[in-house]
Amino acid sequence: MTVAALARKSLTEVDEPSSPSLRFGPDKPLKLEAGVDLSPFQIAYQTYGELNAQKSNAILVCHALTGDQHVANRHPVTGKPGWWEILIGPGRIIDTARFFVVCANVVGGCMGSTGPASANPATGKPFGLDLPVITVRDMVRAQAMLIDHFGIDQLFCVIGGSMGGMQVLEWAASHGRRVFSALPIATGARHSSQNIAFHEVGRQAVMADPDWCGGRYIEAGRRPEKGLAVARMAAHITYLSEPALHRKFGRSLQDREKLTFGFDADFQIESYLRHQGMSFVDRFDANSYLYMTRAMDYFDLAAEHEGRLAEAFSGTKTRFCVVSFTSDWLFPTAGNREIVHALNAAGASVSFVEIETDRGHDAFLLDEPEMFRAIDGFLRSAARARGLSA
Amino acid sequence: MTLQAFQSAGTDSLPTEAPSPGLDGPRVDLEVIASFVPQGARVLDVGCGTGELLERLQAEKGVDGRGVEIAQRNVNLCVARGLSVIQGDADSDLVFYPDKAFDAVIMSQTLQATRRPKPVLEDLLRIGERVIVSIPNFGHWRVRLSLLLRGRMPVTRDLPYSWYDTPNIHFCTIRDFVALCDEVGARVERAVALDASGSRIGWSMPWWFWNVFGQQAVFVLRQ
Repeated sequence: MTVAALARKSLTEVDEPSSPSLRFGPDKPLKLEAGVDLSPFQIAYQTYGELNAQKSNAILVCHALTGDQHVANRHPVTGKPGWWEILIGPGRIIDTARFFVVCANVVGGCMGSTGPASANPATGKPFGLDLPVITVRDMVRAQAMLIDHFGIDQLFCVIGGSMGGMQVLEWAASHGRRVFSALPIATGARHSSQNIAFHEVGRQAVMADPDWCGGRYIEAGRRPEKGLAVARMAAHITYLSEPALHRKFGRSLQDREKLTFGFDADFQIESYLRHQGMSFVDRFDANSYLYMTRAMDYFDLAAEHEGRLAEAFSGTKTRFCVVSFTSDWLFPTAGNREIVHALNAAGASVSFVEIETDRGHDAFLLDEPEMFRAIDGFLRSAARARGLSA
Repeated sequence: MTLQAFQSAGTDSLPTEAPSPGLDGPRVDLEVIASFVPQGARVLDVGCGTGELLERLQAEKGVDGRGVEIAQRNVNLCVARGLSVIQGDADSDLVFYPDKAFDAVIMSQTLQATRRPKPVLEDLLRIGERVIVSIPNFGHWRVRLSLLLRGRMPVTRDLPYSWYDTPNIHFCTIRDFVALCDEVGARVERAVALDASGSRIGWSMPWWFWNVFGQQAVFVLRQ
């Protein structure tokens, strides 16, 4: 497929996704934290495996900033395998022969759930920036409506990394009774100042692109590709680590013997980042990127408890397993440990593992055997406690 | 390693456990500790190692068990075994637990490896209705003899570390520990001394006898 064809395909996914989707009419508005109702709205989702008769074997997977619902199937736009197929599937650690796995595109996204590229029912044109700002709490509230639709009272587990981990924490804090076990990975109970700073760089890059057209680029038939690519390049650096970059690229030159004394991509790392940027714009909506990053920036679970995070989890019966990575400087172990301490203070059942790796924040998406062992052990013991047969 | 390789590799590929403080050899104190834990209790094991005691307490006593362990490798092993364990340091992390959150807080062969045993013990007493502590006895005759005759810090069969690489930075004798209990206002509900063979030394024996012949001791304390 050509780049233009890919882009067209990703645009059709917005209103007519290849995933099943659920439309909530005027009788079921999504009450947003911004103080307005989003109605009607749509959620696109994927499911794998079968829900058992007791409806006790459901696992909700929450995706990260630029992820989507295609967690364990071929991606309809890029044709790539699902983003967590290494963990989820038949015979995998999250075995779809045992569990009913649900993954939904978050509200504000661009793969079929209502987002800035979706048609605004009031105008018939894409929302653009007329879509109210979406928060992690809004995303989770919408997911809860989807889970209601399946008739599931309590999820066996909610799992996710990064922004997905924020959703896991929000589920546990706001819908604790509905979460038997929770697996927040490489995440934080609030976005740090440094992380907000990186996101702001990304947003400014998008908005500085003349093709952004004040957010109305779809009607203008244009795409802020350069701005979005730069945003992705900057963000991608934060997902890696200095040692991993050094190991993969060092100062190696790209298809050349010596420096060119120009501003072409002399170094392999430059070429790699440019590729990351360009392949991202084929599948992702620039405005959606603004909304997703904003949702993460606004996330602060302790804010409504005057900074006392433990109170967000008081009385929780949910079993937690928190996972962090040694080389993750975006969501460092210290932030994950804060969650653990708060859960301890709330008297929660909590496990905490820090995985040693040089692969940075992205490690949660990669083949990390020790992470798999921890997830496997945690889920097995939770399944025993829940009375799910092995 | 690919996922398939990981799944088929089984236990061979499990990371090895990190060395633990305290006495080397079979942990006879765990038997005694387990006997002091009531059925179905809420238990926190501070310095739980690879989770041997927690696993046993869950199987035999049906406890709701949690663990804290300083060595990350051990923590990962525990979680892979399905235990509820966090990586943490008794010296700094016990403050995050609420008062009387557990029926029993266990610290086996770990107190002597903490930087500040006194505040640690105070925190344990605050967190648990009961505190079960086991300590290696530095007053054991073998240790005394070694210091007396050789004039060197004792390196015995059961305490194999040299002074410069031992994790046991705050050794004490049974009598020292009893004095510390007094100082922090802890009541000794029960105490058992074990000799080198792991047998209990009779109740009727005086403290000085325990202090010479007890290789280790297990205490049940209350605030």
